[in-house]
Amino acid sequence: MRLLSTKATCDTHGQGSSYFIGWEAYEKNPYDEVHNPKGIIQMGLAENQLSFDLLESWLEKNPDVSGFKRDGKSMFRELALFQDYHGLPSFKKALADFMSDIRGNKVTFDPNHMVLTAGSTSANETLMFCLAEEGDAFLLPTPYYPGFDRDLKWRTGVEIVPIQCTSSNNFQITEPALQQAYQDACKRNLRVKGVLVTNPSNPLGTTMSRSEMNLLVDFIKSQNDMHLISDEIYSGTVFSSPGFVSVMEVLKERNDLKDGDEIWNRVHVIYSLSKDLGLPGFRVGVIYSENDTVVAAATKMSSFGLVSSQTQYLLSAMLEDKKFTKNYIVENQKRLKRRQRMLVSGLKKAGISCLESNAGLFCWVDMRHLLHSNTFDAEIELWKNIVYKVGLNISPGSSCHCSEPGWFRLCFANMSEETLNLAMKRLKGFVVESTSTTQSHRSALFNASSKRNSLTKWVFRLSSRDHHRDQEER
Amino acid sequence: MCAPEATNLSMHKQLPFCTLKKQSLNMEILSKIATNDKHGENSPYFDGWKAYERNPFHLTKNPQGVIQMGLAENQLCFDLIEEWIRNNPKASICTPEGVHQFRDIANFQDYHGLQDFRNGMANFMSKVRGGRVRFDPDRILMSGGATGANELIMFCLADPGDAFMVPTPYYPAFVRDLCWRTGVQLIPVHCDSSNNFKITLPALEEAYQKAKEEKINVKGLIITNPSNPLGTTLDKDTLKSLVSFTNQKNIHLVCDEIYAATVFNTPSYVSVSEVIQEMENCRKELIHVICSLSKDMGFPGFRVGIVYSFNDTVVNCGRKMSSFGLVSSQTQHMLASMLLDENFVTKFLEESSRRLAERHDKFVKGLEEVNITRFPSNAGLFCWMNLKGLLEEQSFESELKLWRVIIHEVKINVSPGSSFNCSEPGWFRVCFANMDDETVDVALKRIRAFVGKEGTKKPLGFKRWRPNLRLSFSSSKFDHETVLSPHSPIPTSPLVRAT
Repeated sequence: MRLLSTKATCDTHGQGSSYFIGWEAYEKNPYDEVHNPKGIIQMGLAENQLSFDLLESWLEKNPDVSGFKRDGKSMFRELALFQDYHGLPSFKKALADFMSDIRGNKVTFDPNHMVLTAGSTSANETLMFCLAEEGDAFLLPTPYYPGFDRDLKWRTGVEIVPIQCTSSNNFQITEPALQQAYQDACKRNLRVKGVLVTNPSNPLGTTMSRSEMNLLVDFIKSQNDMHLISDEIYSGTVFSSPGFVSVMEVLKERNDLKDGDEIWNRVHVIYSLSKDLGLPGFRVGVIYSENDTVVAAATKMSSFGLVSSQTQYLLSAMLEDKKFTKNYIVENQKRLKRRQRMLVSGLKKAGISCLESNAGLFCWVDMRHLLHSNTFDAEIELWKNIVYKVGLNISPGSSCHCSEPGWFRLCFANMSEETLNLAMKRLKGFVVESTSTTQSHRSALFNASSKRNSLTKWVFRLSSRDHHRDQEER
Repeated sequence: MCAPEATNLSMHKQLPFCTLKKQSLNMEILSKIATNDKHGENSPYFDGWKAYERNPFHLTKNPQGVIQMGLAENQLCFDLIEEWIRNNPKASICTPEGVHQFRDIANFQDYHGLQDFRNGMANFMSKVRGGRVRFDPDRILMSGGATGANELIMFCLADPGDAFMVPTPYYPAFVRDLCWRTGVQLIPVHCDSSNNFKITLPALEEAYQKAKEEKINVKGLIITNPSNPLGTTLDKDTLKSLVSFTNQKNIHLVCDEIYAATVFNTPSYVSVSEVIQEMENCRKELIHVICSLSKDMGFPGFRVGIVYSFNDTVVNCGRKMSSFGLVSSQTQHMLASMLLDENFVTKFLEESSRRLAERHDKFVKGLEEVNITRFPSNAGLFCWMNLKGLLEEQSFESELKLWRVIIHEVKINVSPGSSFNCSEPGWFRVCFANMDDETVDVALKRIRAFVGKEGTKKPLGFKRWRPNLRLSFSSSKFDHETVLSPHSPIPTSPLVRAT
């Protein structure tokens, strides 16, 4: 008899992926401007570190909140005892308003349809538990966030079937690709329960077009048991046009759907404060659904990962300050835009282009021309050089299940400007060196790589060593 | 050109839609987990909660209301915590003294948890066990409260269809925590008052063999020590025998020790972690401990659940799973400072114990005055009351009948033994640590009246350490503060707090 569960001994959590080798390398040799200037620069981390000063100054102006006080009276006891899975009403209201603000108030959210969870990691898993089970699958457009393998599949038993997107149309979802994915799932005897998209996209950094969203709505409309999940955790990071359009807005605009159409029961939104506000440590995730049964079930399940009451309290006060939030959203987007421009121009100087993006904390970078062959082996080879020789931890497209080799995700919002400049300088140096390499060097690399038997698959299996901060890779 | 109007999505809820059709459609489009009731919240036992929610007691504003004694919360020592917080502004990332750490903490989502937090927890857990055990901070895994921790360990140890044995009576929400999403099933090990609810080897063996006969794969045994609802601690010999039994059967032993710091009387607490130190040839990789700060410190809102496993693979895998329920870094940071303050922890544990003993003694004396016996206990936040004498007949129907009388006529919410899967009728769990002294007096008065004696006796002169304490939660309900206590006007599931 197996001693532990299947889940404990399988690797569906996805942490054996090559993706995490870069993390390990970074942890061993992290860049520090003063103490370790030759160390590895972390560009695999989709964190928003650009606007903490705005949060800090708000805290300084609001001392009551810090002391667990409201109107001078201590709230400590109430907060310490508050474990109601419906969440702090003031927090949900403030969060609902914040989500509306981000969408330019074109849609509004009802706090009674919100479920609070410990981060979007928990939100995604919980929603899966509510909508699907073993034998079911969700279709996801590639490339997608590596952590979905863990969040959507691991403990739920649900499968992911990819909708292959390609650079030929900037990785947009097409109907043939969608139908193909559906067929692939059927061939694997999986029942398709729906589609999950990330909008704005991780790793592409682009907002989804109305036509793509309408395509997806048409798709789930055609089958009355399929769901559409829109992971909108990057919705506040949209810094240029086209602006952000939520799936909720698209649904509302459609002429063929009456108000109260049952399709509203099958569309759900995921949100979090980890990216927009840069607070991943606070573990604030949201499931939003018009389906009362989903809300009821997910609310009960949230018992397994509630948001700390003191965090709800702090953030309710912060988000209730509408002047602050409006200013924050605008300023944050400005800074993201500026930072993205820096990365893009730095890459350009190195002769590297990237997918035109208008959102997110990263760029989807095209390094196909640097591959010695159009293969995932070559991608990993290039990636290892970038991690170990150039000293940049970036994320290879294969870890995001991209269908074509040569694409990489580079993050830009988790470091200072100086560090970003240095990273670009290093990259430029590497490219210059690479392109002046002789043919023999290239073929030597090619021969060496083909000898390695571990490269038959793009995914590496790591040793049993643990890896730090792997969950921050969004 | 007009901008699109704001859409209030809640409108869709109100528009015509056949409810039945919706329900049956939901059965088709949602998972079985979402539509079954294995979450346990449709149980009839929540009548008591509903009665309380409709009519909550308040000393001055609603003195005829229902007194909440079904809630195992520890509200006795908040003054100590509040004092510490006032004296340690650096522990908060929001105060001027602590805000310089804001960004690093707000950014920190490493599922290993803050080193200081783990060190603090290891320190606290050790102190609670009298310093007789040392805990390795690297084995400490976080999860979303004890609720999350219990589910997590099941996901690590058992597959859907596997079973865990659990001695009766047991915490009702184990059904949700251990079974709902994991697909694990529970096998009760019957214990009864004939031998003081002892967990005996014959009972364990019987449950185990019966499962085997039914081709059920038993993966382990889960015990709660100190026990909820009994309020007792296990002696060393019993613990050793449980370790031996599970070792011998090659199954896991999960010890839910979330009430470890609520021991207020002898015998002193013995943790399984202490016992295995003394057992040679013990297979430690089968031993796992669950801890929490919800009972010991009274912080259920902060969601601090800990899985401590002696099995390396479980630690590894469990750590990855903790991503689904990490403790807020803001909370980790605050608690790290608090728990690393040795003097404070020592003082807190001593004082908490003392106050629990005092509260327990007061309550038990009151019960004894009307000849209500209770199961002798030395821990926990509740009494296991024996009301067999008040039953019409020795049956569970009578127990529920009596229970409804207690709720609706005596107006006290207590938990009937059958909700804990007790094998014999007549037992009730009544909590005493979630209210002030005055409320305890009112509760005792009502009980006295119900049992037949008039309550004219003056309470003994207990030293009041909180002379002006009022029920905090009810005051906020009536003051309409926007920060709501667990007892908000929104109907809440009792299972949230039914611990």
